[in-house]
Parts: sequence; C-alpha cells; structure tokens
Amino acid sequence: MKRDNKRATVFTRRALLIGGAQIAALGGLAARLYQVQVVEGARYTTLAESNRISSRLITPPRGRLLDRFGITLAGNKRNWRALLIPEQTADVAATLDNFSKLVPLAENERARIDREMRRHRRFIPVTIRDFLSWDEMASLEVNAPDLPGIVVDVGTTRLYPFGPSLAHLVGYVAPPNEADLALDNILALPGMRVGRAGMEKVHDKRLRGKAGAVQLEVNAVGRVIRELDRQEGTQGQDIQLTIDAELQKAVIERLGDESASAVVLDARNGEVLAMATNPSFDPSLFNSGVSQTQWLEWTRNRRAPLINKATSGLYAPGSTFKMVVAMAALEAKVVTSSDTVSCPGYLDFGDRRFSCWSKFGHGTMNLRDGIKNSCDVYFYEVARRTGIDRIAAMANKFGLAVPLDIELPGTRSGFMPTRAWRIGQGKAWNVGDTIVSGIGQGYMQLTPLSLATMAARIATGRAIQPHLTRTIDGVPQSGASPEDWPALGVSDRALHAVREGMWAVVNEQGGSAPLARLDLPNLPTVQMAGKTGSAQVRNVTREQREHGYKSENQAWELRPNALFVCFAPYDQPRYAMALVVEHGNAGAAAAAPIARDIMQAVLTHDPSAHREAPQRVADAT
Amino acid sequence: MSVMERRLIREASFGLTGKLWRISWLYVLLLCALASVGYAALYSAAGGAPEPFASKHILRFGFGVVLMLSIALVDIRFIARFSWLGYLVGVVMLVLVLKMGHTGKGAERWINLGGMQWQPSELMKIMLVLALAHWFHKASWERMGNPLFLIPPALAVLVPVALILKEPNLGTAVITAVVGGAIFFGAGMRWWMVALIVGLAVLALPIAYEHLHDYQRARITTFLHPESDPLGAGYNIIQSKIALGSGGMWGKGYLQGTQSHLNFLPEKQTDFIFTLFAEEFGLVGGWALMGLLATIILGGLAMALFCRHQFGRLVALGLSVNFFMYVLVNIAMVTGAIPVGGVPLPLVSHGGTAMITVMIGMGILMSVHVHRDVEFVEDRDEI
Repeated sequence: MKRDNKRATVFTRRALLIGGAQIAALGGLAARLYQVQVVEGARYTTLAESNRISSRLITPPRGRLLDRFGITLAGNKRNWRALLIPEQTADVAATLDNFSKLVPLAENERARIDREMRRHRRFIPVTIRDFLSWDEMASLEVNAPDLPGIVVDVGTTRLYPFGPSLAHLVGYVAPPNEADLALDNILALPGMRVGRAGMEKVHDKRLRGKAGAVQLEVNAVGRVIRELDRQEGTQGQDIQLTIDAELQKAVIERLGDESASAVVLDARNGEVLAMATNPSFDPSLFNSGVSQTQWLEWTRNRRAPLINKATSGLYAPGSTFKMVVAMAALEAKVVTSSDTVSCPGYLDFGDRRFSCWSKFGHGTMNLRDGIKNSCDVYFYEVARRTGIDRIAAMANKFGLAVPLDIELPGTRSGFMPTRAWRIGQGKAWNVGDTIVSGIGQGYMQLTPLSLATMAARIATGRAIQPHLTRTIDGVPQSGASPEDWPALGVSDRALHAVREGMWAVVNEQGGSAPLARLDLPNLPTVQMAGKTGSAQVRNVTREQREHGYKSENQAWELRPNALFVCFAPYDQPRYAMALVVEHGNAGAAAAAPIARDIMQAVLTHDPSAHREAPQRVADAT
Repeated sequence: MSVMERRLIREASFGLTGKLWRISWLYVLLLCALASVGYAALYSAAGGAPEPFASKHILRFGFGVVLMLSIALVDIRFIARFSWLGYLVGVVMLVLVLKMGHTGKGAERWINLGGMQWQPSELMKIMLVLALAHWFHKASWERMGNPLFLIPPALAVLVPVALILKEPNLGTAVITAVVGGAIFFGAGMRWWMVALIVGLAVLALPIAYEHLHDYQRARITTFLHPESDPLGAGYNIIQSKIALGSGGMWGKGYLQGTQSHLNFLPEKQTDFIFTLFAEEFGLVGGWALMGLLATIILGGLAMALFCRHQFGRLVALGLSVNFFMYVLVNIAMVTGAIPVGGVPLPLVSHGGTAMITVMIGMGILMSVHVHRDVEFVEDRDEI
C-alpha cells in the first residue's frame, strides 16, 4: 500500500505539472492569436483588401460522338445567352421590362430570375435567357443603351445534327441533378450536362473531360477586376461509333410513317451499322428541359416514340424463327434435310387443329421447301419431334433471349419458354405449346436486335455480338475483326441447308418473299437470302377463321406484326438485317419490300468496306 | 478508506445502471458542444449549406457518440487485457500502410478498410497509450528507478514513431513521441532521466533536420520566412494569418468571412477550420473555442486524477495529452507559430475516420472514468 501511495502521489504531482504546462501552452497560443488578430490585425485587414488572385474553374467542352466515317452525331454548338448583372443597373425591373419588349419573357422566367438574384450577391451574373437566336442577339446589341446590366455571353450546348433519326441510339444529355453532383463535383460547373440515355449515357464519364482553370484578379468582396491567366480544360474524349449516319438516315426515311424498327449489322464482326426506330423524338429538347405537354404527348403515343424498339421492343418472331427450329432439328438429328412432311393445310394433334397459313396445304415438304414456302405444318411437325428445350437451347446459341454485349442501356434480352420455366410456374408444358413455338408464336418474345444477331450468325456461323463503339479517343476497340469472334459450334451442313432455304425464299420461283429480290444494276450478281414473318398479336380461333376472319380488316393494334430477317450477299455474307413493322399485317407484303430497299442502300453505300481510322472533323459551330 | 469504498473496489463488476450513472455526462455535453461548433464552421465552409461537409460531420459525430458510450461501458480491465494485442495490430497496420497504403498529398498515410480510408497512425497512438499503461501499471516506484525496466517500453514508443516518420508524417510522429513521453513521466520516471532524454532530443535536432524530406524542410524554411514564397509553400500560412487578422476582435460575422469564402484559404474545411471560425467570430470567438478545448483537455486530466488504479491514470493522462497535442499543433499551425503539419482540429475539422478515432479515444477515457474505482487482480497480488 505504501508503495502504491508513493506512486499515486508522484502521479498526481506530475499530472498537475503537465496540466500546468498545457495551460501555459494554450495561454501562449491565446496570446499568439491576440497578436495576429488584434495587434497585427490592421495590417492583415489591408492585406485582405488587396488579396486579389482567385482561381475559378471553367467548363470543358463535352467530347463528341462520331459515326464510323467521322461525321459528328453529337457535338457542341455555341449558345448565345443573355445575362443580367444586377448591380450594373439602377432599376432591375425596368431593365427586364425593356428586355421583354425585345425578347419576350414568360411569367415563370421572371420568377426564376428574381429567385436567382435574391440568392446571389448583386455582382454575380444571372442567366436571363439561353439559346438566343441571331436576330434576338442583334436586337439586344442594338438596344444596349436601354439595357444597362445586360450582357450577351457565349456558352456551349449539345448539338445533334441527325436529330430524331439517331435519337434512341445517341441518347441525350440533361442538366445534372443532386445525385449526379454528389458523385462528381465537376458537374457543378455552369453548362455541364450529364448523359441521360443512349451512348451519351454509356460513355458519359469519358465525354465529360477535365475542367480548366482561370486566374482572376478580384477585390476583397470577390468582384472580378480582370483575367490574369487561363488554362483551357481538356475536352472530353471523342467516341467513334460503328454507325453509318448516312445509312441510318436512309433507313429512317425508308421506314417512313410506319411504327417500325430496323437493325443492320456487319455480319462478320457484329458492328451495328444502322439501328433505326420509328417514330422518334428530337433529343435536343432534353438539353434545356422538356415541357409537360410534350412529355405527355410522347408517353401517351401508342407508337411509343421514346422507346428504342430495336433493343427494347419485344415481338413474337413468327416465321423468322423457323431457321432456329430447323437448326435445332438438324443438330438433334430428328430430321435430315431431305426428310419430308406432308402438309394438307393443317396438323391435328390431340383435340386441337393447328392451321397452316395456306389452307389448301403445301403438299410434300422437305426442309428447304419448308423454309421457302414458310410451311407451318412442316415446322409444327419438326418442332414436335425436336422438343422445346432443344429449340430454346438453339435459339440461345443464335443470340435469342440471351443478354447481348450491346452497350445501350435498357436493352432487353427477350424471352424463350422452356419446359422448366413452365413447370416453375406450376403448370404443365403441353406438346401443343411446342407446336406453336415451331412457327415462332406462343410465349416467346424477341427484340429486333437479337433477330439481326441471329441473321448474322446464320450468315457467318460465328458467334458475333452486336456492338456500337468503334474507337475511344482514337483507340480502336476489340471486336472489329471477324477472328475476334468464335465459331458457333454448329455443323456447316445444317447451316448451309438453312441458308439455302432462305435463298429460295427470295430468289426462287414460288418463294414466299419475291418482293425482297434485289435489283441493283451495278451489282447484278449480288443476291439476298431472307425470311418473312407475320406474327399474330392475338389469338385467332378456328371459329373466326371459318367465318372469314381477315387480319387486314382489323383495327391497327390488332393486326399481326410484319417481320423480315435477311443477309447479303448470299455467297459471301457481309450484312445482316432484321426489320419489324408493327402491325404491318404480312411480312411478305409489308416488310420484305422495305428490307429489300434498305439492303440495296446498304450494299450501295457498303459501309463495311471502309475501315480506316476516323477523320478529325472540326466541330460544328 | 471507508468500508463502503473498499467494497465497491472489490466488486468484480457493477450493473449497467451503475455504469450509466458514473459516465460523466457533463463531459459528453462538452464534446457535443465542440461538435456543434464544427457543424457551424463547416456549414459556413460550404458557403452556407449543410452539404457537403456539415451534415456528414454531425452524422458521423452521432455515430461516434454511440461508439464512445458503448466503449465507455466496457470494463477497463477487459480493455487492459488486450492492450498489447491492439499495439501489435497497430504496428502491423503501420507496416501495411508503408507497403500498400494509398498516398494522399505526397505521403503514404492511408489504408483502405471497410471502404473507408484510415490513417493507422491515429489508431496507433491510442494503442500505444494502452500498451504503455499496461506495462507501467504494475511498476512500483522503486522499479521505475531501474533504467533497464524502461528499455522495452521505450522501444515500444520508438518502433511506431520510426514507422510514422517513414510514411512520412512528421507531425504525427512528434505527437506520438510526446504522448509516449508523457506516460513515462506520469509513471514516475526519475527526473535525471527526463533531463537526459530532453537533452539528447535537443542535440539530435540538427541531425533530424538533415533527414527530413524536401517538402518538410520547405515548410520549415517558409515558416521562418513565409514571405519568401507567397504563392508557393508559404501561401497557406500567409492566407491563414490574413484571414485571422482581418477578422479582428469581433470577427466579420457568421457566413461573412471573405478570405475563406473566396477560396483564398486552402483546406478550410479540414486543417484550417479554426481560421475560418476565428475570421468570422474574431478573437473573442477564437478564445471561446480555445476555452472549450482547454476544458475538455483538463477534464481528461481530472479523470486521470480521480482514477484509483495506475492503469486508468496513465491511460487518461495519455489520451488527454494526445487530444491536447492535436489542439496545440493545429492552432499553432494556423496562427503561424509552427510549420504547417496537416493535423486536424479534433471534432471540428471535416474528416470521417479522424472523428471516429477521436471518439474511440474518448470512449476509452470514459471507460476509465466509469471504472475509476475497480481493482485490478494484479494490484491485489501486490498488496
């Protein structure tokens, strides 16, 4: 106890000593603070007055999106805007009234200006109006004496030279929201935009660039006296897409008023050359904010202009699916290409009758003729023999109902039914379900992009993936060479038999799509192989059929979708395509001619022949 | 000693209510007041907005208070048992930070744990305090006279100090050494040894200067002649002094500090938060804040004095000296009294993991206070 006492006494004494030293040190600091703040205060106050160099950040220009030939798809445009510096006018209200006489200001704009002015000090400029036209700007300049405090300034805004024709693919930008600002404070700079959809969103970070800095001479309250030094920011990286903008425009024009979607791929490497969706919207409207009425019009339109039908539209593939069924059957060896099925115009199975599209029947059909005539009974029977799971597996192999490597946000995989899925729903899979799947009806739902992928894979036998990015900041991305893609792993003989059927569809007497035959004076030997599809969007009962049901007499949204998949040239495939015309009624009549015209445009333009690096094209101003 | 008191000491543990009663709620209140000052200053640092600093600050503090109170309820003898384990973990982390740490502003000080950047040297100081207290709490007065007994704990101080120097983080290394020294001193190291060590340290200064990094030397030169490089290394010191000086006696008023808001003052939300506060609230505000800090420091020391076991005394002493050193270095730095060293003002500066570390230290201090009358088994053996 005694020793412990000694220890405790020493500790107490020394702790008090330390405490004393601490008080002394803090006292010293307090004295130091007194010296800096009060004794030398006057001197530092003067220094503060002359404290004059302030560093501010400047907004970097956003990187551009280019097409495969270097044509600007999304660029930057100068934006003339009117600013008001409140302290430079004696009467803010009078200035704004004068301004409205030249450039009318709406009630809510006035409210916004008042709000912003209250928030900032009087020397901070407030934006009065963005996107001034040349005339507006000229009239403001002329009337400058009546407009004290008004300054016309130049910023940049996003420019989409191809407007609606590439809106879904290129996407659009919009002002950053709170969540964006929390992630990257560069977005707080005035005029910064965030990619909200399409490739603008995919490559947003690369497109943003690095902020520049400007050294300003300011006085003690922060008013700018003059600029001392300026370091421009780094423009965001340019991204070159695989798209051919001219071709894209031609495709959109050919689609005309139809609610439709077309995807053109380079069949050898999966580059997306055109991806068109009709109808569309003007992406530049998002730059400044979309009006309520405009938004309602878009969202209520049953032709869905905001939806990228190529990647998000889901359709039953109809007869375009028959190639997959044929491949599955050949690979499973349940039929050979020469085995025949007799078509009397229907197939009875159990108590159900499955009709062929031709009620007179096609007679004896082998695989080639089955595809050529699009004979439903042949594929009912072949599908029944193959079974749904083998068909689904083959569909996946051809890129159907599996996630594709396409960059676009919102891309859907589609859906392919299997026995396990149906059992998981607590229901039994019926053979009847397999039979209707044989002609691409029933539960399955696919996107035009995946159908184009299927066509390309049939054409080349390679597991290409559709992709959109060609180079980033001049650096080529992988996937441009056919050798980058592995073989599909199906037999060449089977592929060949299917391709031959597709050739017959278009080019042989009695084929189901004679309207798709190419007619190119410059390329007389080039032939196209394809397949039509007419997919019902509702059930048609036997009773209706017997009472003269005609789909073309139905209301628009009840008519079947018209589809066409194809590739060309037949002997040396380079291009693959899928086309869906919503409620176009019949593939052969509504889709095949459009597909032919598009493919002719593709072959004439021949975008894949040009593989050189992108040219640097000056920004449109 | 009365019978009642003896009984309390002998009890192995006491109930939760008893512990809650023994927490110094006044001290908790003082810490809350300090964090509130931090909130106000950070609100101003963001130009009059809770984002991005102030709201996070107060959230972290709320979490810190819960953490602190939880630690306060843990028996100090239990904490004591893991002192050396904690010390070892701390050293391993320091080695790791040298090997794979993330460099922030030119020095390897940060390590990523659980998605957050930690500065292991901050935790190391707490572990060192615990380890040294554990070493000394059994030591009798006579034993303290034996220099050989002091060699192992001296090494325990030097190893982390050397590792922190290597990061390099001169400021924290010095603070660590001072905190260790304070515990030696409180434990009863003889005066002649104190004199010897202080003497040796003074003699070693010139040699140490030779081994400093260029940027550290630059700081010292600019400290001696700040005007020699007004836009370079001396910029921070000058701008801080201008901000303080222009604040004057009564300050420019809340949210009115021009120097900080016009971005003349760098790192105003971290190292220079005191400057921002004193620019806006003047000398009066600066002194008031220092008074609050002094109360917290001396309160910690008082807890050391009230404690009835050597372990607790030394832990409380070490932790309060640690807190004191933060305050001293930070304020001396912003007033231009010592070279700039990147030391934050505890509970006021913005910075998540620093706040958590401070609150862990405060939790251990509170645990000492809650368990001030408990008896260590080793003590009983010695009686």
